[in-house]
Amino acid sequence: MAAEATPLISCRDLTKVYRMGTQDVYALRGVNVDFVQGEMTAIMGPSGSGKSTLMNLIGALDVPTSGELLIKGRPLSRLSRDELADLRNETIGFVFQQFNLLNRATALANVKLPLMYARTPVADPMARARECLEMVGLGARMDHRPMQLSGGQQQRVAIARALAGRPSILLADEPTGALDTKTSEEIMDLLTGLSSEGITVVLVTHEPEVAAYATRQIHFRDGQIERDERRAS
Amino acid sequence: MKIGVAFQSALEALISNPLRSFLTMLGIMIGVASVMAMMAISEGAAKQVDAQIAQLGASNLTIFPGASRGGPRSGGGASDQPFTESDVDQIKQEPFVTAVAARISGSVMVVSGEDNWSTSLQGTNTDYFVTQSLSTSEGRLFDTREASSGAAVAVIGKTVADALFEGTNPVGQTIRVNNVPVEVIGVLVTRGQSSGPGGDRDDIVIVPISTARNRILGGNATVARYVGSMEVGIADGYDMTTAQEQLETRMREIRRIAPGGTDDFRVFNIADFIRARSSTQATFGVLLAFTAAVSLIVGGVGVMNIMLVSVTERTREIGLRMAIGARGIDILGQFLAEALALCLLGGLIGSALGVGAAKFAAKVGEFPVEISPRIAIIAIGASALIGLFFGFFPARQAARLNPIEALRHE
Ligand SMILES: Nc1ncnc2c1ncn2[C@@H]1O[C@H](COP(=O)(O)OP(=O)(O)OP(=O)(O)O)[C@@H](O)[C@H]1O
Ligand SMILES: [Mg+2]
Repeated sequence: MAAEATPLISCRDLTKVYRMGTQDVYALRGVNVDFVQGEMTAIMGPSGSGKSTLMNLIGALDVPTSGELLIKGRPLSRLSRDELADLRNETIGFVFQQFNLLNRATALANVKLPLMYARTPVADPMARARECLEMVGLGARMDHRPMQLSGGQQQRVAIARALAGRPSILLADEPTGALDTKTSEEIMDLLTGLSSEGITVVLVTHEPEVAAYATRQIHFRDGQIERDERRAS
Repeated sequence: MKIGVAFQSALEALISNPLRSFLTMLGIMIGVASVMAMMAISEGAAKQVDAQIAQLGASNLTIFPGASRGGPRSGGGASDQPFTESDVDQIKQEPFVTAVAARISGSVMVVSGEDNWSTSLQGTNTDYFVTQSLSTSEGRLFDTREASSGAAVAVIGKTVADALFEGTNPVGQTIRVNNVPVEVIGVLVTRGQSSGPGGDRDDIVIVPISTARNRILGGNATVARYVGSMEVGIADGYDMTTAQEQLETRMREIRRIAPGGTDDFRVFNIADFIRARSSTQATFGVLLAFTAAVSLIVGGVGVMNIMLVSVTERTREIGLRMAIGARGIDILGQFLAEALALCLLGGLIGSALGVGAAKFAAKVGEFPVEISPRIAIIAIGASALIGLFFGFFPARQAARLNPIEALRHE
C-alpha cells in the first residue's frame, strides 16, 4: 500500500559537497529517494557513506549544495530560516545518537522544551510532556535530570521530546548506537509502535538486528544509494 | 517563546553557575552602588542649599547701600548716602512688593540679673516678621504702633531666652540691651542652625527699628530716620530677575542717579548668592556621578565578555534548541534575557548597597544625603539598558548560528 501513497519526503538529486581546503568532499552524490507516510526505513552503510548528511538535510538542519528536498510537497529551498525552524518544530522529530538533552533541566522540562517554541501555543505543555514520557515508559522518572538516568532512559527522554510536538516524521541517527542490545530492543519496539501509528520513521543504524525492525532498508555507499529493499509487512 | 519562559530559562542558566553569575554582576553592582551613593550625596547637598534659601526667604531681595560688588555688606562706605525711612516708604509703593523690612543690626550685650549674653540685635519694622516668616512660641510680636513709637519692647530667640532665663518664662521680664532696659514680649519659634551665613538663627534680639536707632545702637550722623538695609518681599510668582531690575530702576529714580552714573546701592538676591557658591559643589557631585557611570559601562563590558564566553560554551545547547524548532529570535531573546537578568539583579543589589553606602557616609561624614526613588529607578533602568546593549551582540551571535554547525560544536 505504501508504494502508491504520495511521498511525505521527496529527495531530488540531493548533493552535498564539503570543501576541505582545496579539495571537495562529496558526502552525497545525487540522491533520489521518497518516503511515504507510516513507512519505517533503516538506512545502513559504511562509515562516511553519507547517512548522517542525508538525515541532517531531511531534518532541515542543513542545506544541500544542489538538488531539492520536498517535505509534504514544500520545497525547503524556498523556506526562510524561521520557516525552517517552524518546520523542525511542527513536522519533524529528531533523535540524536548522543541524546543532546539539557543537563540542567529535568526529563519533564526537556520534553516540554519544543512546545515552548511552538508558534501555535500548545494548550497544556506540561500535560503533553507527561503524556509523552509515559508513552516511552518513564512516567516515574519525570523529575530526574539526565545525569540521574541510564543511557536507554536518556534516549527515551529524547524520543519523548521528539514526539512532544506530534510530528509526522521521526528521524533517528543511530538511536541505539550508545546502547546495549537489550536496551536497543526496547527502543526499537518503541519506534516500531510509533510507525504503526502512522508516523514516518527514518533511522540510521549499523546493526542488522536493529535494521530488521524496519519495513524498508536503504544501503548507502560513497554518497549514493546502493540498494533499496522493501519487505512485505 | 514567551518572555516569561525566556526569563525562566535565563534564571536557570544563571543559577546553574552562581559564582560566575555573581562575579559578572559585580561590575554592575559596584557601578550602580557608586552612582547611587554619589547622586545621594550630590542631591543631599542640593537639597540643603534649597533649604538654606527657603530659610532666608526665597522670594526676598535685599538692598544694601554702597556700590560694592560681591557679598553682602552691612554698611556702606563713608561716601555712600545711607537709606532712610523715606526710601522704605517709596519702595513699598511698588505693586510687586509685598513687604519692606527696614533693618539696622549690630552686636549687643544683653543682661538679665546676674546673667549676660552677647548676641546680635535686629532693629526692624513689622514687615520683617513677614519677610522672615517669624512667629512666637510664647508671648507675641510687636505691632506697627509699637514699631513706629519706638517702644522699649523686644522679641528674643530661643538661644537668648535659654541663656538668660534657663527655663523660666521670659515674657514680661525686663532685660538690659547695651544697658537700655527693654521688656521681653515674646520668644520666637525656634528656627535652628543655619548652615549658611548667620549660624544659630535663634541667637537674636529683635526690637523696633526706632528703638535700636534712637536708644541702643545710635543713628547716623548725616541723616535722620536712618535705615541700614532693606529686605524686600516680592509677590508670589513674580519673576525675581524682573523684580531685581525694577527695584534697581526705582532706586536710581529715588536717589536721583543720572543715567550713566554709578549706583550707590546694590540689590542683592541671597538665593542667587547661595546657588553660585554651591554650584562648584554641585559640579563636583555630577563629576563623581559621571565617573561612577563610567564604571557602570565597564561593568557592562564585563557582562558582554561573559555572555560571549557563555554563547561559545553553550553552542551545542543553542544547536539543540534550534533543532527542535527555536527561531533565531527565540535564541536572541534567551541570551538577551540572561544579560538583562544579570544586569537587573546587579542593579537591584547595587542600589541597595548604594543606599547603604550613602547612609554610612552621611553618618560618618555628617553631611546630608538625599535618597530619591527617582535615582534608584534611573540607576536600575540604566543597568537594564546596559544589559540590553551589551547583551545584544553576543545574543545576536548565538541567534545567527547554523543549527548543524552548532550541534557539531565540541
Ligand atoms: N562538516 C563536515 N565537514 C567536512 N566534511 C564532512 C562534514 N561532515 C561530513 N563530512 C564528510 O562527508 C562524508 C559523509 O559523512 P557522514 O557524516 O554523512 O557519514 P556517515 O555515513 O553518517 O558516517 P558514520 O556512519 O560514521 O556516522 C564523510 O566523508 C565526511 O568526512
Ligand atoms: Mg553518521
